[in-house]
Amino acid sequence: MNAPHKVGIGTPLARVDGADKVTGRAKYAAEYAVPGLLYGVAVPARIAKGRIASIDAAAARAVPGVVEVMTHENRPKQAWLDHSWKDELSIPGDPFKALHDDRILFAGQPIALVIAETFEAARFAASLVEIDYEAEAHNVDFDTSLGEKFLPAKGMRRNTYHPPKARGDAGTAFDAAALKLSGEYRLATEHHNPMEMHASTVEWRGDGKITVYDKVQGSQNTQAYLAGAFKLSKKDVRVVNAYVGGGFGSGLRPQWQVQLATMGAILLERSVRVVMTRQQMFYHAHRPECTYEIRLGAEHTGKLTSIYGDATTSTSRFENNMEDIVTWGMMNYDCPNAEGHYTIAPRDTYTSADMRAPGAATGMALFEIAIDEMAYEAKVDPLEFRMVNYSETEAMNQVPFTSKALREAYREGAERFGWSERAPEPRSMKEGRELIGWGVATGMWDAQFSKTSARARLSANGDLEVASASSDIGTGTYTVMTQVAADTLGLSPDRITARLGDSDLPAAPVEGGSWAAASTGAAVQLACRSVAEKLFKAADEVEDRPLWGAKSIDDLDFVDGEMVLKSDPTKRVSLTDAMRAGGLDVIEVEETAKPGLSDMVSMARKARNTHSAVFVEVRVDEELDQVRVTRVVNAVAAGRIINPRTARSQILGGVVMGIGMALHEETFIDRALGRWMNHNYAEYHVPAHADVEDIDVIFVDEPDPEVTPLGVKGLGEIGIVGTAAAVANAIYHATGKRIRSLPITIDKLLEVAP
Amino acid sequence: MNDAVTIDRAAALRVAASPIATLPLSLTINGEARTLEVEPWTTLLDLLRDKLDLTGTKKGCDHGQCGACTVLIDGRRINSCLKLAVTLDGAEVTTIEGLGQPGELHPLQAAFIEHDAFQCGYCTPGQICSAQGLINEGHAKDRQDVREQMSGNLCRCGAYTNIADAVLDAMEKQA
Ligand code: FES
Ligand code: FES
Repeated sequence: MNAPHKVGIGTPLARVDGADKVTGRAKYAAEYAVPGLLYGVAVPARIAKGRIASIDAAAARAVPGVVEVMTHENRPKQAWLDHSWKDELSIPGDPFKALHDDRILFAGQPIALVIAETFEAARFAASLVEIDYEAEAHNVDFDTSLGEKFLPAKGMRRNTYHPPKARGDAGTAFDAAALKLSGEYRLATEHHNPMEMHASTVEWRGDGKITVYDKVQGSQNTQAYLAGAFKLSKKDVRVVNAYVGGGFGSGLRPQWQVQLATMGAILLERSVRVVMTRQQMFYHAHRPECTYEIRLGAEHTGKLTSIYGDATTSTSRFENNMEDIVTWGMMNYDCPNAEGHYTIAPRDTYTSADMRAPGAATGMALFEIAIDEMAYEAKVDPLEFRMVNYSETEAMNQVPFTSKALREAYREGAERFGWSERAPEPRSMKEGRELIGWGVATGMWDAQFSKTSARARLSANGDLEVASASSDIGTGTYTVMTQVAADTLGLSPDRITARLGDSDLPAAPVEGGSWAAASTGAAVQLACRSVAEKLFKAADEVEDRPLWGAKSIDDLDFVDGEMVLKSDPTKRVSLTDAMRAGGLDVIEVEETAKPGLSDMVSMARKARNTHSAVFVEVRVDEELDQVRVTRVVNAVAAGRIINPRTARSQILGGVVMGIGMALHEETFIDRALGRWMNHNYAEYHVPAHADVEDIDVIFVDEPDPEVTPLGVKGLGEIGIVGTAAAVANAIYHATGKRIRSLPITIDKLLEVAP
Repeated sequence: MNDAVTIDRAAALRVAASPIATLPLSLTINGEARTLEVEPWTTLLDLLRDKLDLTGTKKGCDHGQCGACTVLIDGRRINSCLKLAVTLDGAEVTTIEGLGQPGELHPLQAAFIEHDAFQCGYCTPGQICSAQGLINEGHAKDRQDVREQMSGNLCRCGAYTNIADAVLDAMEKQA
């Protein structure tokens, strides 16, 4: 007899949407063929602050093919109250409303939309719109904005913000410390730059009904947002985001192109597509710039005695974007005295936004550079230093973790990397003209879970469809849904269709923060278990009742399309036979997974986090200071891994972005003009293929039934956290040059004598 | 305000208002001969995506900086966003759709799936066409060469190591 063959959780199933992606069949937001489509091109504001004095669109309108030039003067009705413009992830302040009035809040703000029969005509005509401005003094410089930094009052803070919780007396302990370190650490502004530019195709279906193909990380969020902002009925708005060409946070909230395309469609009662240009992509979401003052005190043994952090991140003048920066170090290390402060500084740009591991990618990376410095100060191996200060519990809130296999991650990572071969002194390893450096850093992120619904529909022929309005931004949600369903019902993946990315499907939140796999997976499992219950009941009608004796589905295995009695595997009923016997044409159920399910413990009682240990080798040209990252080992503790193949890719992607953060990524702003200067792929360097050499990913064993129903913690963010610090620390080890501001570009290295 | 502006403006208005004539264009796209009427300012990329519904070819920058729009012209890889379609009369264009379809995947497409050489998939058609161009060029001998010669194709999802694995795998199989 064949051994039961089960594809399920833990199987490295190839991406189920792979064939569509490699053949070009997967349709992204700007790719839906819609009859009678018009093309909209936005006209960006040339000043950073002030008002529009006049708009002359005559030349633009004269271009053959141009249908309309839409501005604040002729746009359709918008909701007046800010409240109507809130989305799932809104942050306190006044949400940006394109073409709302004559005010200009940031350079690059869309102030007109030229709509034409062809893209080329619209683009050309957009260059002919004449605008007169009344400019006001602006400030876009982060350092200048620090003069206005503030901590928003309680009601005006982001609900994701966690105030740092002090313990002991960090000031006194620092004064008394045998070893002291203090410094200012910095991160430049970064832009998400997903490969697919933000795009929306709004299909006018008549009678005020629209279908919106949107590049966004949550279809139902856009649906509710458009209904609120443009006074539409929610049922008349359908949003589709079946494929999303990357997001990294830039599509957490609906962006301005969907406002413009929707207004254009309403105004003209025709279908309209708006795609941002790559340049325009720089005039919305970006990772905030950060300055972080860190003071550490330690004993000669390397034991930390004092942690003090004070950070400020950039935001706009119209919304209070906030991150958790200083909390990560306070949570991660065992240290009796810790204190943290945080403020935001407003400038005349678009609001900064969540970008891959918001807060942690910045705060943890900068803190881990300081930790490395203190390890050298104490003459303790940097890995050993982290062990000396290892915290079994979450040190800031003093609660246990549901699980924390960071120690194992350090150990397995170090072994794979060969850390024990490391010569401790900086500038002590060299090959040819290149100095070699090895660095380590720690990563930490939240394991989150959000209420999510899913539907499962089993047909009489044994085909299963699972569906949820979740999104797959490259993260593998289609594949995860398929695998969880295959696992629960014992079906072959090719009998399963996963559907997502459509606001008509069962409710799911915006995808981000690494919660999709755990939440959507749990919802799919619940729905499939309900299907299983119904099958079990129907099996009672099968002749001879082969499953007699089973009390519930827990007494059964679901394998190879059959229900098998655990106590006697010769007793089995195929799913299709059960349905036939029970007279069922189809079984369809919808279930909702919410926090608190199965063994999950409450947030208040236990901390739920992923951890990682990142080891990096760099080679630095001794004369030119050119840095190559030649080897990375990232050992991740993230609970249960649903699909090792796609999981590995998520970590690889995080590591690559971490390399970018360490060495390349930085958006420069022109103080006089208020505009981002390097607003294109040629001048904003995202890591290219030649920048990336060898990356090794380890998933350490971390069973955790308490964190989420499937024991999954999520992987979208953890790969980036710590990576940039490990690179910076490796550069110090190679060169003896300590750079405290990311990215570490050649100029910064050249400035420092070794 | 000043005269120069007024003159420019009048000229601009005249130019703006004049209609754009189309030009005839013959292309073979994925083996199929096509006779088209194309405005001279239309790039090959926009022709493919907007007029011919061949949306497998992606737009990531429109400025020749990302490689998402890579297609093969007479077997050579080019950025289709930098090519005005009317300059290609008589050319043979191969896009991702022409390389292979589900059920009959091109070896590179199969290798990309096998090695999970993508996440969001947006850079993928460009990567695959570029890889075929690289193989046609015949200069890449090892991993280092592949990394260097595939650097015109950005992947923000960071799938590079898997892309190199996939390309090397397919190169071996095609050799
Ligand atoms: S779209 Fe052509 S190179 Fe980016
Ligand atoms: S797979 Fe997303 S950009 Fe390459």
